Amino acid sequence: MPWGAGPRNRLPMFGLANPDRFMRFTGPLVPVLWICALGLLLLGTWFSFTAPADYQQGDTVRIMFIHVPAASLGLMAYGALGVSSFLALVFRHPLADAAARAAAVPGAAFTALALVTGSLWGQPMWGTWWVWDARLTSVLVLFLFYLGYMALRASIDDEAKAARAAAVLGLVGLINLPIVKFSVDWWNTLHQPASLLRSGGTSVDPVFLPALLTMMAAYAVLFGAIWLTSIRTEVRRRRVLTLRARAALEA
Amino acid sequence: MLDLDMSPYGAFVWPAWGISAVVLAALSARALIAARRWKRELARLEAERK
Repeated sequence: MPWGAGPRNRLPMFGLANPDRFMRFTGPLVPVLWICALGLLLLGTWFSFTAPADYQQGDTVRIMFIHVPAASLGLMAYGALGVSSFLALVFRHPLADAAARAAAVPGAAFTALALVTGSLWGQPMWGTWWVWDARLTSVLVLFLFYLGYMALRASIDDEAKAARAAAVLGLVGLINLPIVKFSVDWWNTLHQPASLLRSGGTSVDPVFLPALLTMMAAYAVLFGAIWLTSIRTEVRRRRVLTLRARAALEA
Repeated sequence: MLDLDMSPYGAFVWPAWGISAVVLAALSARALIAARRWKRELARLEAERK
């Protein structure tokens, strides 16, 4: 049965789960996302280096403009991976599995960037590259979930079995997301509490908001561009494998 | 006003931005190269079947 031909795709929520429809819908959207991401990155970089230095942190505040978006996208990408894994497990839809797989590499890269840039920010401000506090440790665990997901997929030759095993792991890793988010509230941490999204409004000085919000939008749109491009690539890769298998049978 | 003088924190700010730029560029290049590769291969196989 070709992708998306099952009865479940008659439901409205599965409209875009039809790979052909998905490819038609996302085809014109992907170049727009790439162009918007590039524009937002350039604008955000300009804002980042025209904002004044912080009165306490000096120029290290400019690390915030890349650290916070990387950390947010590391979390959001895992959310996308986990939800896609759930849909792949429950509905057994290959497009959901492709979406989960496509989120793994960019998510791991954003999380690694959050850890590295956080370390480069921590040394001058805290006097240490690393502490085993709840926030830093839970983000490291998030990174390990990404690595485990990719390693598990790569270690099983049968793609269907690999997808199911990885989806279970992806789903289990969702438990870690609230732990990362609320670690600074639940435990005493060297890492500061939430300062952007918190009850009572943001505690970030308004002078830094254009740079921070533009870079967050840039990272989010860039993730969207990479994710959609990678899902489309995965759809094509599977079609290629199907055509090769068919050609081998006919030979 | 553009401020590129990061002293005394240049050893932390520039590596953070440099590593981020390299990783984001590599991620983008990886996605675009793979997209082109599999698009070309699919087009070749479909042309062969016609």
